[in-house]
Amino acid sequence: MSDNLITIENLTFGYGTEILHKGINMEFQRGKVSAIMGGSGSGKTTILKLIGGQIKPKSGSVSVDNQIVHKQNLDGIYKLRRKMGMLFQHGALFTDLSVYENVAFPMREHTDLPENIIKDLVLMKLNAVGLRGAYKLMPTELSGGMARRVALARAIALDPDIIMYDEPFAGLDPISMAVICDLIRTLNDALGATSIIVTHDVAETFSFADYIYFVADGIVAAEGSPKQLMASKLPFVKQFIHSEKDGPVPFHVSAPSYNSDLSL
Amino acid sequence: MKSLINFFEKVGFSVTSRIHRLGTATRLFFLILLASGESFKRFQLTMKEIYFTGVMSLVIIIVSAFFVGMVLGLQGYYTLQKYGSSEAIGVLVALALVRELGPVVTALLFAGRAGTAITAEIGLMKATEQLSAMEMMAVNPVGRIIAPRFWAGVIAMPILAAIFSMVGILGGYVVAVIVIGVDEGAFWSQMQANVDFRYDIVNGVIKSLVFGVACTIIALFEGYDAPPTAEGVSRATTRTVVTSSLVILGLDFILTSFMIGG
Amino acid sequence: MDKIKFDAWVGIFVAIGVISLLGLAMKVGNLTSNDIRETYSVIAHFENIGGLKPRAPVKGAGVVVGRVKSIIFDTEAYHAIVKIDIDKRYVFPKDTFANIYTAGLLGEQYIGLEAGGDMKNLSEGDRITQTQDAVVLEKLISQFLYTKASEED
Ligand SMILES: Nc1ncnc2c1ncn2[C@@H]1O[C@H](COP(=O)(O)OP(=O)(O)OP(=O)(O)O)[C@@H](O)[C@H]1O
Ligand SMILES: [Mg+2]
Repeated sequence: MSDNLITIENLTFGYGTEILHKGINMEFQRGKVSAIMGGSGSGKTTILKLIGGQIKPKSGSVSVDNQIVHKQNLDGIYKLRRKMGMLFQHGALFTDLSVYENVAFPMREHTDLPENIIKDLVLMKLNAVGLRGAYKLMPTELSGGMARRVALARAIALDPDIIMYDEPFAGLDPISMAVICDLIRTLNDALGATSIIVTHDVAETFSFADYIYFVADGIVAAEGSPKQLMASKLPFVKQFIHSEKDGPVPFHVSAPSYNSDLSL
Repeated sequence: MKSLINFFEKVGFSVTSRIHRLGTATRLFFLILLASGESFKRFQLTMKEIYFTGVMSLVIIIVSAFFVGMVLGLQGYYTLQKYGSSEAIGVLVALALVRELGPVVTALLFAGRAGTAITAEIGLMKATEQLSAMEMMAVNPVGRIIAPRFWAGVIAMPILAAIFSMVGILGGYVVAVIVIGVDEGAFWSQMQANVDFRYDIVNGVIKSLVFGVACTIIALFEGYDAPPTAEGVSRATTRTVVTSSLVILGLDFILTSFMIGG
Repeated sequence: MDKIKFDAWVGIFVAIGVISLLGLAMKVGNLTSNDIRETYSVIAHFENIGGLKPRAPVKGAGVVVGRVKSIIFDTEAYHAIVKIDIDKRYVFPKDTFANIYTAGLLGEQYIGLEAGGDMKNLSEGDRITQTQDAVVLEKLISQFLYTKASEED
């Protein structure tokens, strides 16, 4: 148990008055690939932001490396963030910088490496995501999937201890998907990084994640290794794994009954 | 009755939200001052922004200044001529430009040209999570993005205002001396006798510095505070122009009354 | 590449700005022309200063030789004490006459100095004893009307 790099305890959080998370407990073990799955809008991205200390929990806590994130001052949070890399759901590339400069950005900000070493590192990272040839392009000249791969290269630029991927597979063709899957696994095993993946992609996740959390209704509805979950009898898990339309996971955002809205 | 209460509610809300925004803007101002080290340590960052705010505004400033100066020359000449003192045209053009039009018109043009660009840029960076991403990379966006733009604006504004005044005076010179034929010696000597370096020119520079701070802060704040949507950013851009213009004119009155009174 | 472009343009920009500012200071303003650096100050008492203001010019034979430094009201003698800074280059005899004039009919007021014949010159802290007050237009008009009225009687 002492091997947990990140621990989330009894976390509650909500934007405004609505409560999004109602007491979440998660543990992410060092050197493992953990996945967070759940319906759209169930607050997965928000959990990553809580880990990064961009927002503060209403109650409960997130601790990284035995330090409670929201109790840190700004310097402390920045120190923690230097150990993290995050792939944003929509890439969030700096639109005024080229692909090359985007990947070089964290290096320039946090290291004093000479230009030729930065160049080698950047091209290496871009090569890993298959975009070395695109280093001159501006982000607006990239396709959605390419932008995401550049963002991935940027997230791993400084070889962080913790890498958070927000939907790394969305918008990728099957080939890039397999490559990125491999990359995540390699980064994790070679660098000894701890990875957290937010994703909808059941097949891929079950094939390579070490541990999976299902988030629904603001709590962790199910958790376990892929094997355990496959065997699970929980209707919720079954629905998700087999992507059934009807089941306990609602497709609709909670709303008054359809009939009353249509004033029937 | 109900509509009356509604009305007061609306008034109250708009007052409190405005005060709230003023508070947030002030806070941003202090955050910028705190995070300014990098803008000077890595002056390249600020340099790039001076290029975008200052150099890119140069053409509009020079062209407008020339026209403003020519109009001043024409109007001034026809008015002064009635009193038989058309040589005073130089003084009139110079004082009008150095004391008022230089700093004020420059600031208004700056708000329209550079201010809107800053707001839109920051607003979009926020909307596309670029600022968030930067924070997650342990880089303070206020230090890396906001502060260099602030200092660039503060540095560029007085330079632009000085250029505006000088080009405007040349415009006045062209109309009065070259086109109308006012005596050149009288034009310059009357000007020199009546424009005081300390009280007119330096005060003009002080004004444009204050406008530089105000304009850039407003533009940055509106962008930083914009809702992360296309509509939010476009509204913020409009607000930058409206707020900047009002603030510039209001500040101009306050500064002028202090300078003349003092 | 980009770096050089930015640097060059910003350099040009700042250079144009500095040239403009110098132009304003030298050609438009009075930084060079009547730049009064070293001064000595003297005082003069006036019964009425009219509209004289601090920083108003002090002229000798029409040439600006100094500026009014300050004006205070003497609560004992009930007159105005005007402090004048005069450029060190210009010397005036001790019995110089100080008048308050108006430039044009309605223009700004200034102090005109008329040299006397004394052998000694004014120096720091001296007092100009011979002064003539400002002509106050209202007074002039009422005087005029008064004399007219009395003539008619
Ligand atoms: N900045 C914000 N302000 C207010 N509400 C927000 C904000 N960001 C997200 N939300 C709300 O919080 C909820 C969870 O958002 P979140 O982005 O965490 O979902 P998600 O699980 O990542 O969904 P998806 O799989 O679609 O990315 C959503 O209902 C959303 O409306
Ligand atoms: Mg999400």
